[in-house]
Order: sequence, then structure tokens, then C-alpha cells
Amino acid sequence: MNSNIKSCPVIAKHIKIALVGQPNVGKSMLINSISNAHLHVGNFSGVTVDKTEVLFDYKDYHFTVVDLPGTYALNDYTIEERVTSEYLSDNDYDLIVNVIDSTNLEKNLQLTAELLSVGKKIVIALNMSDEADKEGIRINEKYMSQLLGIPCLKVSAVTKEGITDLIDSIIKEFELEDIEHKLIFSEAVEEEISKIVTYLSKHKYEDAKSHRNIAINLLKNNKTTYAKLHDDPIWTELQLILIEASKHVELHHDSDDIKEAFASEYASFNKGIVTEVLDNKNLLEEKTLTDKIDDILIHPLLGIPIFLFLMWGLFQLTFEIGAIPMDYIDAFFGWFGDTVGATISNDDIRSLIVDGIIAGVGAVVLFVPNIIILFIGIALLESTGYMSRVAFLLDGFFHKFGLHGQSFIPLVTGFGCSIPAYMSARILKNDRDRLLTLFIIGFMSCGARLPVYVLFVGAFFSPEMAGNILFFIYIGGALIGLMAAKILKMTAFKGADEPFVMEMPKYRLPSIKLVWHTVLTKTMMYLKKAGTFIAAASMLVWFLSNYPHNLVIEQKYENKIEVAVSQEEKSTLKNSLAEELLEQSYLGTIGKFSEPLFAPLGFDWKMSVALQTGLAAKEVVVSTLGVLYSLGSDVDEENNSLIEMISKNIPFASAVAFIVVIMIYLPCLAASVVFTREAGGIKYFFYLIGFTSIVAYSLAFIAYNLTLLITS
Amino acid sequence: MKKLSDCKKACIVKIVKLNADSELKQRFISFGIMKEATIEILGYSPAKSTIEIKVGKTRIALRSKEAELIEVKKI
Repeated sequence: MNSNIKSCPVIAKHIKIALVGQPNVGKSMLINSISNAHLHVGNFSGVTVDKTEVLFDYKDYHFTVVDLPGTYALNDYTIEERVTSEYLSDNDYDLIVNVIDSTNLEKNLQLTAELLSVGKKIVIALNMSDEADKEGIRINEKYMSQLLGIPCLKVSAVTKEGITDLIDSIIKEFELEDIEHKLIFSEAVEEEISKIVTYLSKHKYEDAKSHRNIAINLLKNNKTTYAKLHDDPIWTELQLILIEASKHVELHHDSDDIKEAFASEYASFNKGIVTEVLDNKNLLEEKTLTDKIDDILIHPLLGIPIFLFLMWGLFQLTFEIGAIPMDYIDAFFGWFGDTVGATISNDDIRSLIVDGIIAGVGAVVLFVPNIIILFIGIALLESTGYMSRVAFLLDGFFHKFGLHGQSFIPLVTGFGCSIPAYMSARILKNDRDRLLTLFIIGFMSCGARLPVYVLFVGAFFSPEMAGNILFFIYIGGALIGLMAAKILKMTAFKGADEPFVMEMPKYRLPSIKLVWHTVLTKTMMYLKKAGTFIAAASMLVWFLSNYPHNLVIEQKYENKIEVAVSQEEKSTLKNSLAEELLEQSYLGTIGKFSEPLFAPLGFDWKMSVALQTGLAAKEVVVSTLGVLYSLGSDVDEENNSLIEMISKNIPFASAVAFIVVIMIYLPCLAASVVFTREAGGIKYFFYLIGFTSIVAYSLAFIAYNLTLLITS
Repeated sequence: MKKLSDCKKACIVKIVKLNADSELKQRFISFGIMKEATIEILGYSPAKSTIEIKVGKTRIALRSKEAELIEVKKI
């Protein structure tokens, strides 16, 4: 973790800070406002939670700030909460900087009260002080520091006020001896604490943390503290005292839940602090700007149409504007492949590099414009506070299918491309909701599947009907997806409904710097991780479809091509060569081998192979069919002769079954890689294979037999 | 006892009891939804599936199903 330490002078002192705060308090903004800071973005180990580390030097100190995910309390409900509370209790750091939204002091102090019993030095940053000034909120931070025994400083990440003072007090606090924070409980609880403290002192229990801190944590059922004392001989007696003490506390609060009792304790402590230090001139609660905006945006009738319009706009932008650079990127990689290819004399190596690696990586880079635009949109929706309104509006509908209101964004994105869709599923904070959404995204037919649909629909339906059939395919896929969600929810993701309790933050103008930073890091992560995997995987697919070489066939055709007179004849021969080569390649062998498996769906070996190459990318299905039906690999969905070949060679029922499989089966390789990363483990990838294959196969089987029945 | 889900828009009530299990209770508490807290009902989403409330200065959305677990009294 501290790989950067090497670069800084040996004499400097290191201060490692854990930055903690509730969501929407402007933590990331604060980090961004530190000048000369280096940002390192990564993941917390094992989870898909972004971890930002900030490094900077100030005076004789070397600072490392770890930006912990925003959390309302130190629970372990969401991944964010878990990461934060685990980090605070298990990791090595010097002090906590608690960022607080000055305009909502009492609620923010709820977390502060919990932090006080972590047993570390704390500095409080009263952020958004400029906003508080505007709202007529005055906080007496000097008095607050006295009351809590913690330095409290007014800062503003927006105006950069107070940042230097904050860093100075961090240094001052760092150099001080340990001090006990002034967290005072009600008399009843204080009595129980002192009983435990007396016991610990009597038995001369030694620990880095104070006896009072241990006593509080024991009463709060803190797991780490329990584990520590559990093996100590004093435990037998201490346990009895504890049980008695907990009973008293619960009785005092008329509750059967010790955590609830402590929450009440904290709440009254905080109320006391707030009454002492807060002076709110704006006592007359007038309608705030947020109230006014909410009147429109979450209006019972207008809310959903407005949202749909905004989403429509975002997707128009994503796929219309995103398509412009796509052509250039495509052309660039084509040119790059040709240029590089020209310098390599060995056929095999050239093919590997040009057709395998460059083409594969090019396909990944192709999506970057879409990803950037979409993520700018999502970052804007999130940072303005609109995203939670969306969840509020849509949760009713989605909950019927076992999904969450916020699942909407990834699912709709899935119609464009599954890759950004999987990535945007991160907005779902709950593990189970996110996983379920990830499994459903593939049912939303992505843009790459369109060529296949157009090809088959064109082959079997009149042009007047084609549009309706296409629409039916898309809607059908989405409906099957929602059904699948319901089924998964009742089986694999069974269990109590995840509660839906979320804050609707104040509307704020987004910070351009922050939005750009978020988008940039996400895009880089996509390029770095997906890029390396994809390059390797494309090499594999390339290998399977090109090997083993069969010199006999090649020789035979080369001779024939040489003697062929017309250009037409030559290209026909080249196509048959490609077909024969593919047939005896590893991929062809697999196709032949798997033919019996697909026979119940009415597929021949060519269709089976097309499905398998389609795993690399869905567009490849069309070009594979082109090769296999001997039309050369340069075909597209509007190629009339391919349409003719297909309607001649493939029975209608098989075609229907084929479309069903394309709609449902495993997304392309690039998407699968991203899925695996976002789901958090390779085992989910195997679940996805199993799940999509079973659904695709059974539905295709039904569709095949049903069509046979109707048409016969 | 009156439930939060039965309250009309613009009502102001006080929480008497949380009937949720311990996990959900923690979740409620971390948002400030706890005994003795004062709540204002800001509105409902279509079909009353979700409810928006205000606790202190914080706006919170929750499902009506979860709101049923919160016992309140009028003030």
C-alpha cells in the first residue's frame, strides 16, 4: 500500500489519514481541493468499491489520505459501510478526519458519535461552511471543539477556505499525546460503564485503548473488542457483569436492542451539542429550492414522463454522438492493422497480431466514446442528487420483479451495450440487488445483436413486417428479462426483500472537476483491465479458428485459384477454402462435435459454430454465417445474397429458435469479462454461463417446436 | 396504533416504536429514523409504493412496506 513512501525523504514524518463522512458531504470535493496532491485510484481488495488515495507533502510531513466510502453509520449493511467499518477497526492509520455537512449538523454527528468510540485521534472538518453561511447557519466551532475534545474546523471545498488550517490542525493533533474524547452518556449508562472500568482496573487489564473505550465497545457489542477479551481469564467474571449492564441499559431505554439504546444515547448527546453550538437565524422554515424542484421532478404524474425524457436524451447523446468518433476509431484500427501487418513477413504472426490482437483490442476501444458520454451523464445524475429521485419514482414497478428502483439505469443502458451497463450497476449499493441486476442486463438486446436480427428478420419476413418483428424481439427480450429476475429472486436470490431506505440529498450543482475526474478514472479502468483481458481472449479465439493448419487443403485450393480464369470464380474458390479451413479448425471441430447438442433446436453445424464465434462478439455471428455459407467474410446484414442463402438453407423454425438463442445466451467476451469483474468473482461468470445457457436452450426448444406445430 | 404508511401528505408525526428486525432497525436509525424523532410526510410516489419523509433536515425515501413497520403518533 505504501509503495510511494520510497519516493519521499527519509526525514519526513508520515501521517496516514482515514477520511470518513456520511454520503453527500463533499468528501471527494475536499480531497480535490488540496493543491499539489497526487490521486491514486484503485479498488478496496475483494470488492468493487473505488478506493482513492491522496498523497501530498506539507511542511515536513508526508500525507496519505484514504478516502473511505461514505457511510451513515458503522454498520455492515452495504458494501460501503462494511469497507469503512472494517478499515477503521483493522487498518493501520494515524487519525480520522471526519467530514461533516455544516448545513445538516445533527444528522452528521450521529456518525461522529460512533467514531468517538473507535479509539483514534479525530479532526472534524465542518465542510460546506459557505453554504451554511448563506442559509444563515452559524456554528461556534471553537466551543464545539471544547465540548467534544476534538479540533473542529470550518472549511469549504468549493471556495477552498480553511483547507490549510485544517491540515495544520491535523499536524498539531498528530503530535499530541492521546486524549480521551468527551463522549458523555446518560447517567444510567455512565454508571454501567464505570462498573466495567472499575472491574478492568482492578484486574489490571492492559491494552493500548483506554478502559473507558473498552467498556463502551463491550456494551455496544463491538465484535473486535469481544474477540480480544474472550480469551482472557477475566472473561468469565466480566461476562456476568456485562450481561447485567446490558440489561440495565436496555431497560433504561425501554428497548430490547442495545444498538437502538445506544443510538438514543448518541442522539441526545448530539442534540445537546447542537443546542450549544448552533445558531440558526433562519428559523422560519420557508420552502427551499430543493422543495421547489422536487415539486416538479417527483410529481406523481409528471415525474416519470420527465425522467423518461431525460433518459431518452441521454441515450440519444450516447449512441448518436458516440457513433461519430466510432467510425474514426474503427478506421484507425483498420489502418493501424494494415500498416503493422505490412511490416511483418510471417503470415501466422501477422494474422495473430492484425486479426487477433489489434482487431480484438480495437473492438474494445470502439466503445470508449459511448462509455465516456454515458458516464458523464450518470455522474451528472448522481452528483446533482437526481438519481435517488429516480429510484423513488421507479421502485414500485421494479420491486414487483424483485429489482430495485435504481436497476433501471443499467438495464436501459443494456439496450445500447452491455459493457457500460454492467459498469453502471455500481450505483446499486446493495450486493444482492446489484448481482440480480447484473444477471438480467444480458436480456436487454445490445446494439451488436441488431445485425443478426436484421439478417434473420429480413430473410423470413416481408419488409412491412420487419420493423414490428424487430420491436417485438426487443420488447420480448426485456419481458423475458423481467420474468427471469422474478424467477431468480424466488430461487437463487431468495431471502427477505432488501429494504429500500435511502436519502434524497439536496439538489446541488455538480462540480465539473469532480465529474470529469470520475469519468476519467472509470474510463481508464475500463481500458486497462478490459483491454488486457480482451487482448488475451481475442488471441485465443483467433487461434481456435485458424489452427490446426491443413496444408493439403490449402495447397489444393491454391492450385485451383491459380488456374481459375474469372474473378468471380476466384472469390468463390477463396470462400470454399475459408469454409473448409474453418470446418477442420478447432472451432469447426467443436461445432461438429456440438452439433448433436443443438439438433433438438434444429441447428446445423454451421449455425452452432456461428453461435460459438458469437461469443467473441455478436457481430461476428453474421460474418461467420457469411463464411460458412460461402459468401466471403466481408458480409453485412444487408447483404442480399446472404439473406437469400439463409432463407433457402435454414428452416423457419430453426431460424426462430436461433433468434431466441441470440437474444438470451451469454453476452460477448468483452462484456463477460466486465461482468465477472463487477460481480466480484469468476464463480459468477460460471453461474452466468449456466443460467443463460439453460434459459436460452429451453426457450429456444419451446420456440422451435411451437413454430413447427403452427407452420405444419 | 397508527402506522407511518397511513399518514397523509404534509402530516407531522412523532415515532413511537420501530417494529423492524434488528438489521432494518439499524438502517432506520442510521438515517435518524428512531424513537422520539419527528417526521414530516412529504409525499408518495405513484400507486403509493414509496413514501418520502423528512427527518430533521434530511429527506428520506422508503417503501410503504417499510413504513408500515414504523409506529407513530400525531403531534
